[in-house]
Amino acid sequence: MSNDKQSWGTRVGLILAMAGNAVGLGNFLRFPVQAINNGGGTFIIPYLVCFFLMGIPLLWIEWSTGRFGGRNGNHCTPFILDNMGKKRLWKYIGVFGIFTNIAVAAYYTYIESWTLSYVFHSLKQTFSGLNQFEVAQLFGSYVDLNTNTMGIPFEPVIIYIFCLAINVYILSKGLEGGVEKVAKIGMPLLIAFGVFLAVRGLTLGSNGAPVGCTDCNAFLGLDFLWKPDFNNLWDAKVWLAAAGQIFFTLSVGMGTIHCYAAYVKPKQDVALNAMAAGWMNGFVEIVLGASIVIPIAVGYLGLDWVKENASFSMAFQTMPYLFGKWGTALATAAGFMWFGLLFFAGITSSLAMGTPWMGFMQDEFGYSIKKSAITFGIVTLIMGLPTVLFFKEGVFDQYDYWAGTVVLVVFALAESILFGWIFGIDKGWDEINQGADITLPKIYKPILKYITPTMLLIIFVGSLVLPKNNDWEKAFKEEWVFDESNSIIGQITNSDIKHNRDWFSTVYEAPSDGIITEVIPGEEGILPVIVIGEVPKSPLISIDQLNTIENTKQIELHNANDIIDVKPGQIIQAGFPIAQGWHVNPIFYRGFARMMLLGLFLYLAILVHLANKKRKLNL
Amino acid sequence: MSNSALITMILTQLFVIAVTGYFFYKVLTTPNKEED
Repeated sequence: MSNDKQSWGTRVGLILAMAGNAVGLGNFLRFPVQAINNGGGTFIIPYLVCFFLMGIPLLWIEWSTGRFGGRNGNHCTPFILDNMGKKRLWKYIGVFGIFTNIAVAAYYTYIESWTLSYVFHSLKQTFSGLNQFEVAQLFGSYVDLNTNTMGIPFEPVIIYIFCLAINVYILSKGLEGGVEKVAKIGMPLLIAFGVFLAVRGLTLGSNGAPVGCTDCNAFLGLDFLWKPDFNNLWDAKVWLAAAGQIFFTLSVGMGTIHCYAAYVKPKQDVALNAMAAGWMNGFVEIVLGASIVIPIAVGYLGLDWVKENASFSMAFQTMPYLFGKWGTALATAAGFMWFGLLFFAGITSSLAMGTPWMGFMQDEFGYSIKKSAITFGIVTLIMGLPTVLFFKEGVFDQYDYWAGTVVLVVFALAESILFGWIFGIDKGWDEINQGADITLPKIYKPILKYITPTMLLIIFVGSLVLPKNNDWEKAFKEEWVFDESNSIIGQITNSDIKHNRDWFSTVYEAPSDGIITEVIPGEEGILPVIVIGEVPKSPLISIDQLNTIENTKQIELHNANDIIDVKPGQIIQAGFPIAQGWHVNPIFYRGFARMMLLGLFLYLAILVHLANKKRKLNL
Repeated sequence: MSNSALITMILTQLFVIAVTGYFFYKVLTTPNKEED
């Protein structure tokens, strides 16, 4: 156990590192979007209820099991859970506590590299003079391997590797000398940047209001965000959204909290520390997160635009354009602070994701801190490169869906059952209370045992059979139609992909009904393009519908010499062969991403198996 | 900004700031325990 000597330098350092682990891009981008889509100010009621009934209990479970593990020389979940569960299965469930961190770090570091690159662009004033479309397009150019925005060939790959190297370097300095130092610098800076942007946003006035909305300003945005709509309060969708937000914002179900808490000294408090870190995350989310993106966007783009476009992508595709309205100097400072804030939110989380692997390799295979940090970098790079190289093909989204969403819920459900029912709620309660600097309300004992696992089970089943359009009322009262893109069942069966379902094919099928509006044959250096005009659904599509085209879908074929089988004006139905040539279909990339994730899990399970054998030999 | 939105925002944010501040105050003022 070469790992026993590492520990946190100060209590505040530990709390800032834990809060940094939880505070991520979601605090600034996911929370406000969830709130406006789920009842505005009313959303805060289910949000706080879920925080009290699920968030706080999970924080206590993870902090206390982590410290319990550290006391026995275990610093990551496989052998922590093994110690608690006493059955072979638990150490393999514990593999998720390393797996999730590597898989999420693989694509999360990519987002982090975007923020780093955008800090550079803000300082270089790249966005100066660009219109809204051009700013959005710059992001598309950045993630495209064939173009570059800084004059660096393969720019996204190079910046990604650079960002991963920064993580590895900091991790190689150890907990106290690396992670804790970054948290102590990064978290106060993040809050300072957040306060500056929020104050600037709230003092915008109505000068930048779009045409047709003379009263558009930040306060209209705040009104939109906070005005309670009590009709939504009993909607299952709102409660599931609140539970999901609490779950993801606290970074529970990952194994990082266990690992950080494993380095807490045996007699030190975890109950108060967990509260301080958890509420600090809430502060960043509710006070700062709610006061930046939506108010500023409504102030300049209007309420209607925000209602239609509010999403995660606004961070990179919209905010630089809005800052541009503040004049060159302030726009440069605001861009630097906004992307700097996102970078600190990102790196304090990705560093946390490195520690479970490092703890495991140090505990079980005697690795040094440096060696374990470098191997983390190598494994993460192998996992992460496909998300960079095939970003547009959807590998990134697959990692996020499976490793960053589904597995977290499964793991949290398993650990809450283990804690309350197998380890035993009495032992668990004692474990949380040991060395506690606050008195825990006794009501939490039944909550930990019954309510938290039940809520997690509801979230899991809800994601498994998620109804179309998130319409639970219709699902219960009328017909249950699965959401083919977002339900777990829909994802497993790829039921949202109706055509081009082979991994590779020589015929390309039309993805939707419509009328061919344009055909551009390929030539050397130019890929052929087919444009399909989508028309309203009717029993029969006719050429008369040419003027009713709702939107167009542009399909770029893969090879310059692909043969196009359709002509402009031709009516086509979904599944109709429109081109010939060798095609790698999107469904292939889904399968590839899933195989990468499965491969990682199997690799880690084998390592845990070997470590277990090694332990038995040493007994 | 409507009164209902303003009240909801102020009450929520003050509550969160107060609770976060309280826990941080407790952390900063509680002495560390001695290890054996």
